[in-house]
Amino acid sequence: MPDSKGVFMREKLGEMYRTMVRIRRFEETAQELFEKGGIIRGGIHVSAGQEACSVGVCSALNDDDAILTTHRGHGHSIAKGTRLPEMMAELFGKTAGLCHAKGGSMHIADVSKGHYGAHSIVGSNMPMAAGIGLAFQLNGRGQVAVPFFGDGASNQGAFHESMNLCAIWKLPVVFFCENNHFASSTRAEYSTSVEDISTRAQGYGAPGVTVDGMDVLAVHEAVAEAVKRARAGEGPSLIEAKTYRYYGHSRLDKKFGSYRDEEEWNEWKARDPLTVAGRLFGLSEAEAEGHRAAVEKELAEAVAFAEASPEPEPEMALEDIFA
Amino acid sequence: MPNIKFSEAITEALREEMERDEKVFVMGEDVSTPSVSPLTAELADRFGKARVRNTPISELGFTGAAVGAAMAGYRPVLDMRLVDFTLVAIDPIANQAPKLRYMLGGQVSVPLVIRTPQGGGVQNGPTHSQSLESWFMKIPGLKVAVPSDAADAKGLLKTAIRDDNPVIFTEYRSLYPLEGPVPEGDVAVPFGKAAVKREGSDITLIGVGSQVPKCMEAAEALAADGISAEVIDPRTISPLDTEGLAASAGKTGRCVVVEEGHLHGGVGAEIAAALQAVLFGSLKVPIERVAALNAPIPVQPKMEAFVLPSTEKIAAAARIALNYA
Ligand SMILES: Cc1ncc(C[n+]2csc(CCOP(=O)(O)OP(=O)(O)O)c2C)c(N)n1
Repeated sequence: MPDSKGVFMREKLGEMYRTMVRIRRFEETAQELFEKGGIIRGGIHVSAGQEACSVGVCSALNDDDAILTTHRGHGHSIAKGTRLPEMMAELFGKTAGLCHAKGGSMHIADVSKGHYGAHSIVGSNMPMAAGIGLAFQLNGRGQVAVPFFGDGASNQGAFHESMNLCAIWKLPVVFFCENNHFASSTRAEYSTSVEDISTRAQGYGAPGVTVDGMDVLAVHEAVAEAVKRARAGEGPSLIEAKTYRYYGHSRLDKKFGSYRDEEEWNEWKARDPLTVAGRLFGLSEAEAEGHRAAVEKELAEAVAFAEASPEPEPEMALEDIFA
Repeated sequence: MPNIKFSEAITEALREEMERDEKVFVMGEDVSTPSVSPLTAELADRFGKARVRNTPISELGFTGAAVGAAMAGYRPVLDMRLVDFTLVAIDPIANQAPKLRYMLGGQVSVPLVIRTPQGGGVQNGPTHSQSLESWFMKIPGLKVAVPSDAADAKGLLKTAIRDDNPVIFTEYRSLYPLEGPVPEGDVAVPFGKAAVKREGSDITLIGVGSQVPKCMEAAEALAADGISAEVIDPRTISPLDTEGLAASAGKTGRCVVVEEGHLHGGVGAEIAAALQAVLFGSLKVPIERVAALNAPIPVQPKMEAFVLPSTEKIAAAARIALNYA
């Protein structure tokens, strides 16, 4: 944060680093529990490798700004402040889960924290983000909405229609594309007409930038700029962060599918976002260890909470169908 | 007859039809990747990636494109991965493909097959577990096949691909691993012909798709109590073989219609209405229905099981019909 200073800045950077560790360890824990079988209900899509995106974006937002995420939304959720124990309980299919065990990992939401949900139909969150942006414009409180989406989702009509709507109405929306180079097994260079997805913004008269998605400060700065623009009533921006997912696409996919090899994986891993952040922030090994230890405790508590929460009664399936 | 899996039957039908007619091609997300699409990936090795074509995540775009290619003389077979994703492409599916021939005064035809894997029971949640055949069956101009075993999967898919009209071809994921005998050679199963899967005399269980094996299990359970249940499968719900279903239900005088989709406005509602119209007087008791409760399909397995139909629910409905005062 170039314009922040002193103690506040060190505290904020420390919190950002800790959040990245929290995401990484949440994902690793979820994956481990998933592989054990019978604990996590439904599939999961883990985002390890993409922590700089989640934290870079959410550190530039206020509590009352909104995010909408995707099937791969654990990181975004955590970065926006989603309650960890209730989130873990949702993965466990327990009553205390954020969605009362109906939505599972792919639909994590914590509206009290400005998190309007993970949305598992690819592209579906962007028109809704435009609508939340519209509500924010109407209520005049200067809030901003951010839809997260992947390179694959940028090929849905929903993306293009939403960009145009936000542009013509100057809605306060920051489109944040995590180009992790794959949509399931399909490489972005095959599926996408342009090398840099950010250039698609030109078609909608909006600014578009590509940033290093392994560098949390680069992400933060680009988002802070776009948020400023949105709050000033100047409309949407598109930010593309080039990043990489460490695990397979989903529960059915191995780490190294037929579509990528270990060499490529290692190249990205060499620029691990946590290592990069530690260096940028000038963290000592002792400080980093302090964050890791604190996170281990939080996670153990979250798992214990999830374990202790009761399973829902079958009839609860009929609750919350209508308001 | 060799025993093969339902999933293998699909691949065989695709392979044979692609060999027979070079106009047939497959299109969808990740269709040539073995780990994602085991049913079609081997076809990519055989026929090349131009005929087993990977698409971006653009359901509206590639489904509309398939309608166009069909009008222009090709025979696309789309792999939608899940029926839930067809809803992103509902315009070409519901507004265009089924109406074009009619609206354009018979100048074009749309020989398109849309394969829609579907169904619940795998904790995939509300937007990845639906069974939507009843949505499609009410669109004039669209045919809907709902195979329940390997032989019908192969034979109906061949018919679907050869049909000059758009066809929704439903594949219940729960059926993929089930093995069954499949006749060798080029055997196409006609649309609009129900099949008796088990003969019986006391009650008729009409099962749709994934519920046929469940009806067979329920029939087995009922047999233990000395009840003889017939199981019949419409195989296509548009066209619907009312005559074939009525022959069975008329014979037993008692009938349960079972589907995995939601109860309200379901396939069973159409079948029950059609049957009462022709069987009024010969039915001994009201027609029973078993279907998903009118709730989205939740992730948590106990809640999911509560919403979805089951063998026990089918047997219970049969007992209600059998014990009706
Ligand atoms: C409309 C729709 N089509 C297909 C899918 C299946 N699907 C789930 S995730 C995914 C890949 C998404 O890729 P991308 O947008 O790049 O996000 P990433 O998984 O890389 O985070 C696909 C094809 C879906 N959920 N929704």
